[in-house]
Amino acid sequence: MTVEFDDTVALENVNLEVRQGETCVIQGAAGSGKTVLLKTALGLIRPDAGRVELFGLDAGKLRRRELEELRARMGILFQEGGLFDSMTIEENVAYPLLNQKSVKCAPEEVLPRVKEALEFVELGHTLEKVPSELSGGMRRRVGIARAIVTQPELLLYDSPTAGLDPITANTIMALIAKEREIRQTTTLLATHRYQDGYLLANYRYNGATGQLEAVSNGTGLRTRFLILDRGRLVFEGSQRELEESRDEYVSKFTKALKQ
Amino acid sequence: MLDFLKGPILNVQNFFLLSGRAIVNIFRSPHYADDIALQMDIIGVGSLPLILLTGLFTGGVITLQMSRALNQYGASGQVGNIVAITLVRELGPVLTALLVAGRNASGMASELGSMKVTEQIDAMRALGTDPAKKLVTPRLIATATMLPVLTVISDFMGLVGGYIVGCVMLSLTTPTQFWSSAYQALDYSDIAQGLIKPLTFAFVIALVGCHYGMETTGGTQGVGRATTRAVVVSSVWVIVLTFFIGNFFVNLN
Repeated sequence: MTVEFDDTVALENVNLEVRQGETCVIQGAAGSGKTVLLKTALGLIRPDAGRVELFGLDAGKLRRRELEELRARMGILFQEGGLFDSMTIEENVAYPLLNQKSVKCAPEEVLPRVKEALEFVELGHTLEKVPSELSGGMRRRVGIARAIVTQPELLLYDSPTAGLDPITANTIMALIAKEREIRQTTTLLATHRYQDGYLLANYRYNGATGQLEAVSNGTGLRTRFLILDRGRLVFEGSQRELEESRDEYVSKFTKALKQ
Repeated sequence: MLDFLKGPILNVQNFFLLSGRAIVNIFRSPHYADDIALQMDIIGVGSLPLILLTGLFTGGVITLQMSRALNQYGASGQVGNIVAITLVRELGPVLTALLVAGRNASGMASELGSMKVTEQIDAMRALGTDPAKKLVTPRLIATATMLPVLTVISDFMGLVGGYIVGCVMLSLTTPTQFWSSAYQALDYSDIAQGLIKPLTFAFVIALVGCHYGMETTGGTQGVGRATTRAVVVSSVWVIVLTFFIGNFFVNLN
């Protein structure tokens, strides 16, 4: 697909397929088209050329209601959380349960599910707070709670660790790995940090210990890496292929971790 | 040449698309009653002190300025007549609309603009809500309901201001003569004009404010730009439309 804004090409002939249960890590510098790719995948942006298939259906040919039904099977964490300022944390997390028509949730089930999602991100005590009372990391975690509350099949994370300190960033990534492990969710992660992708490719959440533990070479975690450069897909492959790449732009992403 | 025109044409097209959807949504469920009530409170109750004060002083200043001319012609008894016609036909609707545009079109543009740049609008769409239905239609309904009410209140306060200056301060006429001449001066076309204008202005203020908010790009600087444009464009359209509506009623009579 190709996406243009005015005369700027945001995505140019990008071809990407994500299979069920797979983790796709999309990397790229700022302005390389990561966010546009996720929003196009969600059907929020229509491609100028090409098409987006969601769960085997052509998103461009669907009616708005049909597209909304498909979106209910997907969850997204926006770059800054995308929380509604005017609502409490409880209302924010309950929003998809109350507004997505295809999500069947009885009124008495809403609060328990909201609490469950917030407990998952360890923010069960913030129900009555508003987003402005939370730190940046906490807002991202509430964003994750809102994305997973409907138990979607596909989760999109847009730069979940951008602008966060290393400790908070690791907490966020651990939550993403935990979610993937518990619900076997297909995951699409856009990030500029190779560490985030490395963690998803090499660590899994152990439910018994409640900790992340390393796995051998990440082969069992079905993690694929993609690199975007000014709207073009310049690399697609496994962690090993990425680390062995001699391309100047591509190798920049792995350099920091190698050192 | 074509590139130069592309931006403004796209802007107008997006405005009419948003307006069409917002108007059609008035008749489609779900209706966000809580949001409508909240906006009515912000636009109606929130603007009330401003409207009361400006209405009162506008009536007062019209009387003050007209007193010398009316005295010259020995027609000071007609002050109620003049204040009523000037306020109900023209100044009441226009001044109220300009004040609401300054206060609420800017508020709508900045609120929706902030939501746009912080991806809340995208989040709303991703989570199964049409932003036009949830954000624009309630603001449109609330403005279309409250602006005529505020205009009527402003007109009345203007008459009170005229009464205070004309009868209490300058003793131009008696209270009975002031109120009876004001009442008799108005006919049905004046009332219709005085109500059609605020209803039309309400559509302009709400839709222009929401349009610029929804089209915001470029972070906080973009929000500032959207807010300024919303106030300027809605105010200019209020002045332009009052001429055409006034012209229509003049020709009708």
